[in-house]
Formats: sequence, structure tokens, C-alpha cells
Amino acid sequence: MSREKITPDITQKETVKISEISEENILDCLQCSKCTAGCPAIHGMDILPHQVIRLLQLGQVDKLLNSETIWSCASCFTCASRCPRDVDISKLMEALRLMVIRVKGSNKLKVEKIPKLLQKNMPQQGIVSGFRKYVK
Amino acid sequence: MNYSYYPGCTLKTKARDLEESALNSAQALGVNLVEQEEWQCCGAVYPLASDEIATKLSSVRSLVAAHEKGEKLVTLCSACHQVIKRVNHDMKTKEDIRDKVNNYLQLKEDYQGESKVIHYLELLRDDIGFEALAKKVKVSLEGRKIAAYYGCLLLRPKEIMEFDDPERPTVLEDFLECLGANVINYPYKTECCGGYLSIDKEKVVQKMVNNIISSALEQGAKEIVTACPLCKYNLENSSLYNKEDISISYFTELLAEALDVDVKED
Repeated sequence: MSREKITPDITQKETVKISEISEENILDCLQCSKCTAGCPAIHGMDILPHQVIRLLQLGQVDKLLNSETIWSCASCFTCASRCPRDVDISKLMEALRLMVIRVKGSNKLKVEKIPKLLQKNMPQQGIVSGFRKYVK
Repeated sequence: MNYSYYPGCTLKTKARDLEESALNSAQALGVNLVEQEEWQCCGAVYPLASDEIATKLSSVRSLVAAHEKGEKLVTLCSACHQVIKRVNHDMKTKEDIRDKVNNYLQLKEDYQGESKVIHYLELLRDDIGFEALAKKVKVSLEGRKIAAYYGCLLLRPKEIMEFDDPERPTVLEDFLECLGANVINYPYKTECCGGYLSIDKEKVVQKMVNNIISSALEQGAKEIVTACPLCKYNLENSSLYNKEDISISYFTELLAEALDVDVKED
């Protein structure tokens, strides 16, 4: 059996950008998975929260930008509040979402959807949050 | 005692019950909540990106207005509270944000996070005091089995919100106890309701709210109280929600009831 130690590479352009937007140090994560254990939305995630950081450490940002995970994170801050290394994954998730929607034409929420949401009695707070989270 | 009061978008529309019960109760308690002039929507979510400035400006405008009046800034909606409190923390601790915001707003004096932002529950707990509040109760909620639902935004991140223990909060339970209620403890009271995910991830949200409702039901709760309009909306959309089994209301509605304060019906 052979085991290989992979050294994180955080010098890629995308990784640097994510570090800038989030101001989080992905090398602080020691993969304990407490974030995943406590996340209330993992049933909507194809990549688990601790795996998100591992993929960031390995420079595989593309997988994350195309994942369901970043759109299933509700920014509830449970992961961040329980992290023993003070990594705020909610900020990394936000940076990943922004990497997608800051590109012209990539907004996640279409305005046409709003009347239907209002019909369903959704509070303004929900709709405003949606615009802030999914539209740039 | 005078306070600056920040309502936020939803309290003037879908969550009028929250505002009316809170303001009328405050009046009965001798507290004067004065709505800020020209307040702007806080944006409902705190901008987590370090390079976002524009989305923080509306909060700073309210913070500055409260500072100029020398009053504490009181919030009611959990989301507004989270946004304004965190932006204030940024203004206090992050030099780059403080400089950019002050350069943009061109205030008479630079704002450096001097205002104190408190949630209505903190006003009840810290300024009025639960013991004093208990003495003002006219209609006790005795025998009512009520579960407190905190959600996320009041509690986390704890270093900034400084609200309560994020894993074992007690402020809502203490509040309910002083109204005479039979407080029901259950494990899901600090779990997320899904928040804005209900915009396009209804299935994901469904499982989250079902966990919360079933947990409260299993412990024998007949009522749930919350401080957040979006939490209330999501919980009421749970397939397990049934008005006859469990009702969901704002904590201020129970306060108004206990103080025997009139609240207009819709």
C-alpha cells in the first residue's frame, strides 16, 4: 500500500481571489469535519462542507463553482461557530458564489420569479435576501 | 427612556404583527421607541464578502443617526439585527472599510462604530429586566406549552452578536418564563430554518423545518415563538405544520397578550 502526501497549492489565481474576498486562510483547516457534522443543509449538498475546503486546498475550484453545495448553503454560520480552527466556511461559500455571479449574465435569481414568490406570501426579507445572495 | 428604532422592510408589510405588538408593548412598559427618519432597507443579509462596501452603507446611515441623537439603536427583526450589528462591528474594527465608508458618506465627523445596537429582547432583558417585566404581567401564560425558536441570526457569530450562548441560549426561555409560560425545551431550537433558500430550494428547506417542528412536537410543544419573519414563514410552510397542533407567533405577540395590550387584527 502506498500513501502520498499532497501539499496544498494556494497560489492559483482563483484560490488567491477566494482568499481575498473571504479573508479566510484555507490552510488553517485540519479536516476534522465538525462543519459537516453540524451543517443543517447537507442533504442538498453534493460536496460536503469539509470537502469544500479540501478541494480549495487542492486547487480544484472548478468542481466547487459547478456544485450544488454553494447554492444549498443558507449562511447559518453553524460551521463557523463550531470550527476549532476559526475558519469561517460561510465566507468561503460566499466567495465561491460571488465567483460565479459576478460574471456578467450569471445571476442566479431571475426577476420573473418574484411575483410568484410574493403570491406565496413570502416576506420581503426573503426576497431582498435572495437578491443580495443571488444577483450582482 | 428614548431609543432610536429601526423597523426594516418586512415589519411595515408582511410582519406588521411583529411591529405593532412590539411597539404597543413598549409603550405599556414606559419605553419610547422612536422610528428613525429616512431609514433604508438593511439588505436582509450581512455582506460576507470583504470587498463589498455599498451594501453596508444603509446600516451605517442608521448607526450614524442613532449616534447623533445619543440613543441606542433598537431592532426587532433578527435579520436587520444581524446586518446592522455586524456592519457596526466592521466600522469599529476594520480600518479599510471604515475609511472607504467615511470617504463615501462625507459625514461631519467620521463614524467609528460608536453606536450601541440592541435587539428588542436585549432591551427587555438588560434595560427593563425580566424581574421588572414579570411584575407587569396582567394575563399570565400559565399552562401554555411554548417552545422558543432562535434560528441563526441573533446568535451567530457569537463574538460579534454578543447576544447569548450560541449553543445553549436561554434569553427567550427566560422571557417566556417571566410571562408565566410552561417552557418546552427541544434540541432543534438553534438550527437553521433554511432562510433565503426557500426562494429556490424548497425541498432542502422542507427537511430543515420538518426537523425543527417535529422536534418541538415530540417534546410536547403547542406553540413556537420566533423573532424572525422569514423563520416564521419557513416554519409555517413545513408539511408537518398544522395550526391545531402547533401555532407559530412572534415573541412580541405573546408579550402583548401577557401585558393585556391591544393589537390590531389584520
